[in-house]
Amino acid sequence: MQIPYTVTARPDTGVYNAKLGVWLFLASEVMLFGALFSSYILLRVGAPTWPHGYELLNVPLATFNTVVLITSSITMVMSWASLMVKDFRKYRIYMGSTFLLGLVFLIVKAFEYGAKFGLGIYPAENTFYAIYFTLTGLHGLHVVGGMIVNAYFWGPGSKMWHTDPVRFTNRVEVAGLYWHFVDLVWIFLFPSLYLL
Amino acid sequence: MDQTQTIDFKKHVRTYIAVFVALMALTVVTVAVSYLHLPITAAVVVALIIAGVKGSLVASYFMHLISERKLIYWTLALTFIFFLALMLLPLGSESDKIVN
Repeated sequence: MQIPYTVTARPDTGVYNAKLGVWLFLASEVMLFGALFSSYILLRVGAPTWPHGYELLNVPLATFNTVVLITSSITMVMSWASLMVKDFRKYRIYMGSTFLLGLVFLIVKAFEYGAKFGLGIYPAENTFYAIYFTLTGLHGLHVVGGMIVNAYFWGPGSKMWHTDPVRFTNRVEVAGLYWHFVDLVWIFLFPSLYLL
Repeated sequence: MDQTQTIDFKKHVRTYIAVFVALMALTVVTVAVSYLHLPITAAVVVALIIAGVKGSLVASYFMHLISERKLIYWTLALTFIFFLALMLLPLGSESDKIVN
């Protein structure tokens, strides 16, 4: 059975189905991260003392990771733009770069976690570390998820470009929406956990 | 992407690069401000304003919300209301404290 409205916009919604689907998924993601942010505010406001993130965490490394993730967002949007001008070679370069930048982000995060574990600091250490590991861990899992999808569209999934280029371009666009959301979450996590 | 859409992509790419530069500059600003060790209320306000501007840039340009369909806007408006309710929950807990 042919899946409807993968290429053209559905008349009543004005968008192709996958785009609306991803936006609804992202709405649920806003609530997931929102619940954890709300918990963070509740715990911090209610605590008699709360450490400054910059006293306990590695700000230069996290700043570097912020730059990495923002750069990956522009390579992601450029991969979609490359398909829009029918340049598949450039698409592969930009999508490959997005994947590698995601990998760099995770490696840096692994160093950060490793440094804490090396000092015997785990989520059970105190409330600050509990919320730090929960929020950054969940975000890290989202990066992994995005990388799996991006790797698929860079490799085997890209065969669709030769058979159904418009549908493939739309797939890359919605994968990009998810990837930018992951970037957006980090934009709020970084100051909340590291700089305040 | 609608096939009928005709967009000047070179102009788009220039916009993406401008947004990228702005995001980098705002990252530098937010880190620099944190080294000033402002009082916590001022620090939270400044950090959230900068993060809000950065987030808006990503959503508007990279996620194309600046030119999206009405249905997506309505979906996000509804999400925002629920998100706001979540953020206000801690406030509710503050007013619920037992006074001795």
